[in-house]
Amino acid sequence: MSDDKRVAVLGAGMHPWGKWGRSFVEYGVHAAREALADADLSWPDVQFVSGADTIRNGYPGFIAGATFAQALGWTGAKVASSYAACASGASAIANARAQILAGLCDVALVVGADTTPKGFFAPVGGERRDDPDWLRFHLLGATNPTYFALYARRRMDRFGATDEDFAQVKVKNSRHGAANPNARYRDVVTAEQVLASPMVADPLRLLEICATSDGGAALVLSSMEFARRHAGAEPAVTIAAVSTVTPRFPNRVIEMPNFSTDSAAAVTGDIEGFRPSIVRAVYEEAGIGPDDVDLAEVYDLSAALELDWYEDIGLCGEGEAEKLLADGVTSLGGRVPVNPSGGLSSFGEAIPAQAIAQVCEAVWQLRGQAAGRQVEGARVAVTANQGLFGHGSSVLVTR
Amino acid sequence: MSNLDADPPEASSEAATRTAVPAVEGWFSTDAERPALLGSRCSSCGTYAFPAAQSFCANPRCQGTEFEAVELSRRGKVWSYTDARYTPPPPYVAADPYVPFAIVAVELEAEKMVVMGQAASGVTVADLSVGTEVELVLDTLYADDEHDYLVWKWQPVGAEARR
Repeated sequence: MSDDKRVAVLGAGMHPWGKWGRSFVEYGVHAAREALADADLSWPDVQFVSGADTIRNGYPGFIAGATFAQALGWTGAKVASSYAACASGASAIANARAQILAGLCDVALVVGADTTPKGFFAPVGGERRDDPDWLRFHLLGATNPTYFALYARRRMDRFGATDEDFAQVKVKNSRHGAANPNARYRDVVTAEQVLASPMVADPLRLLEICATSDGGAALVLSSMEFARRHAGAEPAVTIAAVSTVTPRFPNRVIEMPNFSTDSAAAVTGDIEGFRPSIVRAVYEEAGIGPDDVDLAEVYDLSAALELDWYEDIGLCGEGEAEKLLADGVTSLGGRVPVNPSGGLSSFGEAIPAQAIAQVCEAVWQLRGQAAGRQVEGARVAVTANQGLFGHGSSVLVTR
Repeated sequence: MSNLDADPPEASSEAATRTAVPAVEGWFSTDAERPALLGSRCSSCGTYAFPAAQSFCANPRCQGTEFEAVELSRRGKVWSYTDARYTPPPPYVAADPYVPFAIVAVELEAEKMVVMGQAASGVTVADLSVGTEVELVLDTLYADDEHDYLVWKWQPVGAEARR
């Protein structure tokens, strides 16, 4: 087996994010066709289709790989479907990458798409008293923003973060997203507007919490050898590493949808937090460090959470994220722009598509195709993502 | 504050037939004076769990299958807190009209873990800060014609006296 763990990204495609109210299959097929056209390949060239599942669209969502394959027309391709909460898209990428690196296929299509209800994400239907996701709504009234707000308040208490800091994250991301044709929210907002928006989960306001969206994203991945044959040159953009690690016991941070953290009563010593561990794993696999990163796409489920990520992906030390933001380091034109796409702040979350969309943005940035939001000369991009039930992901994209 | 022995909030002809029942079975004791969360302690390694472990231990280096039922610490310190300004979706059973409530994550010293819970009725984020000492109480989560459904909540120590 080769030491080269890279796979080539031949194509990237999206269906624009919004609240379109149509079938998720439509968005997925649109994104897949865009990615295939971008790769200069046709659907029958795909040997492995890797779907990222949605759990709110019935059985077709649970077997998303087959759903997209049937919609595109059965070709006899190998198929798999992945569910990993917010990291489902990265899980689908990881499966495609493994197939390619194992030599089991040359060309893989990764697709994720979702149609979402309005408002808070609620548990799937039925009375399920053994499901912590059902129970946290029933017994606590704890929505996803509840957890985001606990982290935000923690940040204020530990590091002196302010409402203004959180608002400025939203302001930055609204500027970035304004130029992105695939973003759902493209209005530039001011800190005053953010701070005047209704409080949802103290200290987080409506404009600081990611919405739920419809959207679809797709990637065409291939072996390096296929990419060279196909294009007659080295591939422009590659995925160098993918991390989908679990937390380590004892996880001391309260995570969705749990009622409690792990207990550290029986163990001694510091255990690395979950979010930093996700990204450290991707850096180690790629042999690349945070100093090499030119841009990052991180999961800003809330404006405050983006600041946590600055530290988790190694851009600065603990408690230094507010200064990094204020100094413009993470804005377009700064040293390491974060969420040049506009992030979840501008997109809203289409769960199974989102981790794929992060990689699409990285691809367009590294190719120099991110019109209006281009990070000049970018060669290394990192993505980071976290969801519930111990799922998270990071993908390292290089040119 | 309601507890098992207290009169329902609106004493009426229904009072004779209304009873207080836990909103979930086996997660907390309903001792009127000293209610406590019911967790578990692994007999092999000492790891606590809430809700109680049934058949496996969360410690990856432990294969314990025996768990002692334990009452968790009734007091702890606020690790973080927030509130719910908008009505949570079902299966939360919201009062009509909706009354916002605070939620706290509480660090328990002996168990070295953080446990969530609503703050007691009437407690707002203005009453809370990181590090505030809180105590477990039982309070009504929701009610129907026959029952008050009780759940554990956290109340700042001394708050009852101050009201």
